[in-house]
Amino acid sequence: MVITNRPLPKESKRAQGDLTGIQALMAASIMRPLTDGDSMQEFFSDGRPMQEVAAEFIKPNRFLSSLERLELYNRQYWFRLLDAFYEDFPGLMAFLGDAKCEALATAYLTRYPSTSFTLRDLGRKLEKFVLEEPEWVAPDQKLALDMVRIEWAEVVAFDGPSKPALEAQSLVGIDPVHLKLELQPYITLLELDYALDDFLLKLNKKSDKTVESNAVIEIKRKKGRRSRPKKQRTYIAVHRLENIVYYKRLTCDQFVLLKALTKGKTLAEACTQAFELQSGVDAGELSANLTSDFSTWMELGWFCEGA
Amino acid sequence: MPANRFNGFTDLGIGVGLRVPHYRHILSEKPCLGWFEIISENYMVDGGRPLEVLEEILDSYTVVQHGVSLYFGSTDPIDREQLRKLKKLAKKTKTPFLSDHLCWGSVDGKFTHDLLPIPYTVEAVKNTASRIKAVQDYLEIPVCVENVSSYAEFHASEMTEWQFLSEVAEQADCGILLDVNNIYVSAWNHGFNPYEYLNNVPLERVAQIHVAGHSAFDKYVLDTHTGPVIDEVWQIYTEAIRLGGFTNTLLEWDADIPSFDIVRDEALKAQRFVEEVKHGHYKSAIA
Repeated sequence: MVITNRPLPKESKRAQGDLTGIQALMAASIMRPLTDGDSMQEFFSDGRPMQEVAAEFIKPNRFLSSLERLELYNRQYWFRLLDAFYEDFPGLMAFLGDAKCEALATAYLTRYPSTSFTLRDLGRKLEKFVLEEPEWVAPDQKLALDMVRIEWAEVVAFDGPSKPALEAQSLVGIDPVHLKLELQPYITLLELDYALDDFLLKLNKKSDKTVESNAVIEIKRKKGRRSRPKKQRTYIAVHRLENIVYYKRLTCDQFVLLKALTKGKTLAEACTQAFELQSGVDAGELSANLTSDFSTWMELGWFCEGA
Repeated sequence: MPANRFNGFTDLGIGVGLRVPHYRHILSEKPCLGWFEIISENYMVDGGRPLEVLEEILDSYTVVQHGVSLYFGSTDPIDREQLRKLKKLAKKTKTPFLSDHLCWGSVDGKFTHDLLPIPYTVEAVKNTASRIKAVQDYLEIPVCVENVSSYAEFHASEMTEWQFLSEVAEQADCGILLDVNNIYVSAWNHGFNPYEYLNNVPLERVAQIHVAGHSAFDKYVLDTHTGPVIDEVWQIYTEAIRLGGFTNTLLEWDADIPSFDIVRDEALKAQRFVEEVKHGHYKSAIA
């Protein structure tokens, strides 16, 4: 018999009896990524065989070993999370391809496990992760970042909060030098290097998201053909109208103006920034365009009462 | 088991779980049905389409909330923000009672989004019951705990699942959402007698019953909520209502979801078993 002095990991020691210890050990086990064949990894984080770790706290039964029983939960954890990830980021999956997207999702969820009670928040830190670990999307970091931003913006537009929309009447008589306008919290303004609105519309996405349930998930790996969006500088507002998510293309000056408003600039300051981009344009035309833009945005209910 | 203090003295009849593929049909056709159960988390959002649909459903139907993330068996502190959102939703839906699972799912603030089995220990009874009580006190509506399907058992367990469920329900003084499909699945996976389970839980605390389909494999059964309810599960259901009386009954169908009419017809099969029991035509499965 070989006796080692190797100390047990913290979770392992606690697992001998107490509830917190068992839960910590089980969570650490099932949150470890699956192998390529969707099996449990052979070794635990402390180097011990996973079989030994599982046997420590899970009973075998007439058909399954401790490891096999634990593996059911390991699979379930990843199948559920990957399913939710693909649901929120179909565009990312379409251009990265299934295998690369799964590797990215697994790495992301390993580094940033869910810290929210709802799967809705699963992709919240994906942009940060892609910036921190670009190797998962190489050589397309810029495209991947654009895609993550627009797809997360869709999550926000789908069920983000709204505030009472401003009525045109309430703005009458207010000097633009002092007027500050706030954009609805569900709107995201994006400056992208790719025409991702066209690309995502072609993916024919559903208007209703699949939702949480307490049922076991069976993973469905799609064999989608990879496709690539067109490179084109694009300005987009991701918003919703009558609870349907839309992309609205903006011109550069519209984008600058709206972005300035979101940064707390007054209407006059925001207009000045936007007009600087159109130095050759006649003042009358600028004014007419501005009136038309604001009329559209007000109609869409984009401006809301401030805090 | 029928209308009692654990289900807000409701007698809702037979309902189905509200699912996205049926939204359009339900909103346009307003099909005849006793009630809908919603997954609370899908509507604990700040705005947009989910709340719009919910408002419309509430105009025509009674809605009961069922959750998947309270994790009564976890040892993490209860998330106050989550509870605040849940209470806000409960005020909107006017749910007569609310349920979640006898499981855990988070550790150190990290969520697994799964219904993980609890080791059946005295310590876990105490922890779980105190969390249910805290949630119930905060929400100010009856809270019920649902038995889950499980695929693993712990060396640390000191009692059976039905003893654990009974102890938790008694100590928390809460209701039980009895999922008869989960009893079947766990009985198959762990080799216990489902009728022994039924005979040993406080049926007077049952506020609602779940039925569902599942997926059977060679060495285990998974609670996938797919397909029709199998005869063996209807038999457990029938025994449950024979022993405890008819109560709010709901069908869950979450994978490969067919048309609303098929789901509703499957749920309404329960009526047949209710009639059998009522007219004494049912022969007990317990010898």
